[in-house]
Amino acid sequence: MADASNVDAFVEFERVQKSYDGENLVVKDLNLTMPKGEFLTMLGPSGSGKTTCLMMLAGFETATHGDIRLDGVSINNIPPHKRGIGMVFQNYALFPHMTIAENLSFPLEVRKMGKSEREEKVKRALDMVEMGAFGGRRPSQLSGGQQQRIALARALVFEPELVLMDEPLGALDKQLREKMQFEITHLAHRLGITVVYVTHDQTEALTMSDRVAVFDDGRIQQIAPPDQLYESPENSFVAQFIGENNTLEGTVKEINNGVALVQLDDGELIDCKPVNVSRPGERTRVSIRPERVEYNKERLQEGVHTLKAEVLEFIYMGDIFRTRLRVAGNDEFIIKTRNAPDQTRLQPGQQIEIGWLPEDCRALDA
Amino acid sequence: MSALPPYASTGQRAWYYSFRVICGLIFFFLIAPIVVIIPLSFNAQDFFTFTPEMLRLDPEGFSLKHYRNFFGDESWQTSMWNSLKIAPMATIVSVTFGTLAAIGLSQPHVPFRRAIMAILISPMIVPLIISAAGMYFFYSRIGLQGTYMGVVLAHAALGIPFVIITVTATLVGFDRSLTRAAANMGADPVTTFFRIQMPLIMPGVISGGLFAFITSFDEVVVVLFVGSAGQRTLPWQMFTGLREQISPTILAVATILVAISIMLLATVEMLRRRSERLRGMSPS
Repeated sequence: MADASNVDAFVEFERVQKSYDGENLVVKDLNLTMPKGEFLTMLGPSGSGKTTCLMMLAGFETATHGDIRLDGVSINNIPPHKRGIGMVFQNYALFPHMTIAENLSFPLEVRKMGKSEREEKVKRALDMVEMGAFGGRRPSQLSGGQQQRIALARALVFEPELVLMDEPLGALDKQLREKMQFEITHLAHRLGITVVYVTHDQTEALTMSDRVAVFDDGRIQQIAPPDQLYESPENSFVAQFIGENNTLEGTVKEINNGVALVQLDDGELIDCKPVNVSRPGERTRVSIRPERVEYNKERLQEGVHTLKAEVLEFIYMGDIFRTRLRVAGNDEFIIKTRNAPDQTRLQPGQQIEIGWLPEDCRALDA
Repeated sequence: MSALPPYASTGQRAWYYSFRVICGLIFFFLIAPIVVIIPLSFNAQDFFTFTPEMLRLDPEGFSLKHYRNFFGDESWQTSMWNSLKIAPMATIVSVTFGTLAAIGLSQPHVPFRRAIMAILISPMIVPLIISAAGMYFFYSRIGLQGTYMGVVLAHAALGIPFVIITVTATLVGFDRSLTRAAANMGADPVTTFFRIQMPLIMPGVISGGLFAFITSFDEVVVVLFVGSAGQRTLPWQMFTGLREQISPTILAVATILVAISIMLLATVEMLRRRSERLRGMSPS
């Protein structure tokens, strides 16, 4: 599943399993290889095993089975405090009885670093997150966003090669979150550190990562760069979980030259790209992104199958229009169009024809 | 209770005022016995009564002779030093073991936590006379009866439940991710305990320690059983004093003890507030 070769593997999970109660596996047969310097996001709904994986990497949970390696060395039997991995916690976990500077100095003190060297590094780390003036304050005197920066600085101050982040932006408001997303990615790339980032926010995953691992039911469903994940989901879970997605159910009629002809449940025919269907007669769930649906006849490709649709609702969202249609018995079919000067605004009740390029329409598992 | 709203009914008004009266009565009931000993301890006579001179606020009616007696009498002085030797030692033992027990019992994976907790807290619930008799027989067998160490251990056993309860209460609000964060930054468990966990549960440790100290300082039943003449503490001396010679010196000692208790409580409360303010928590 991993596409990096084993030669430059920095973090490796090999056949890792985890069970808390000895019966149910929270993580099932996890295999993952990360090269040095990669920003990898573990994305998934709650209970999918992503946080457990992070905790196993940090050493707060032990793998029931399998091997976790860091830079080629198995870390299964190394306690958390000897792993040298930086971590940003969901609630920041700043020490409330210490000042900001003391918080940052703590990991250096336990490494028996000299005073002047410590001060130097603390100062540099604080400047890095633009919090140089706050060294003397206490965590409770800072806002959520500032605490977040300090947590980041503290995870980086002892210069770990691997940094784990457990939903670090979950508690921030939307604007601050977007700002921090960029800051964290820029910082990570500038310092060349390897980052494992856990989130349930797919936008965050897409904007920040080199690769995203989508978790569900204790397994990695797909691991790929953001664009591949969004445009070429390998199964219907990934298609549903990443971004907005329209699904139509049907049966494969035939597969020819890499194009599958699918008969929808109401009898209409469409062309799709077969992803995990292989033979006629198979049930399939067809997935189309809302922004890839075209209703302007002039822009539709010659000869593609089109579907009749009825406009149910038109929602003005500023930069885009969001239109809800009834297509092949599905009342929740969404299309998104850009708010451009030449764009027509569809009216509820209007009958239209919609179509798309066959490669944008993916026939996935039912 | 805020001021009466204008629409209050007669019943509500009646309750509003009677509630205040009841509170006042309860307060009086609790405080009066303690307050009344303070003027009595300045009595110029050797009686436990308010003399007519005292009621007239005549300076002739007051004196410090009972205080002089306390500081001059050798048996009172010995007993005070005994108390001052036993109480701090018992406090240190209670705080150490009580804190460790509370931390251990707050780990979710410990089996039979509730049962163990109940056993450790039982000295608070079992009637003191029963604990004392039990300790007497047990300590006699192992040679601790009548020793300084025996009294310290017995008082520590009485103090531990207080420490366990107060420390457990502070641990409830303790964020486990802080210890994880410390471990993640390279601190071994011992460093994490002393640098992170201990400072944060300090208010609970201090209050528990204070209770343990006071328990030992005014304990009379157990020391009568477990101690010997060499461990005659202040409460013991007061108890025998009450039985044998009813001297107002006891009142002077009681007043001094009340003053010490108030000062201790005030100091600890101030320290606790200061530490909480430093940590940015609101004083509760």
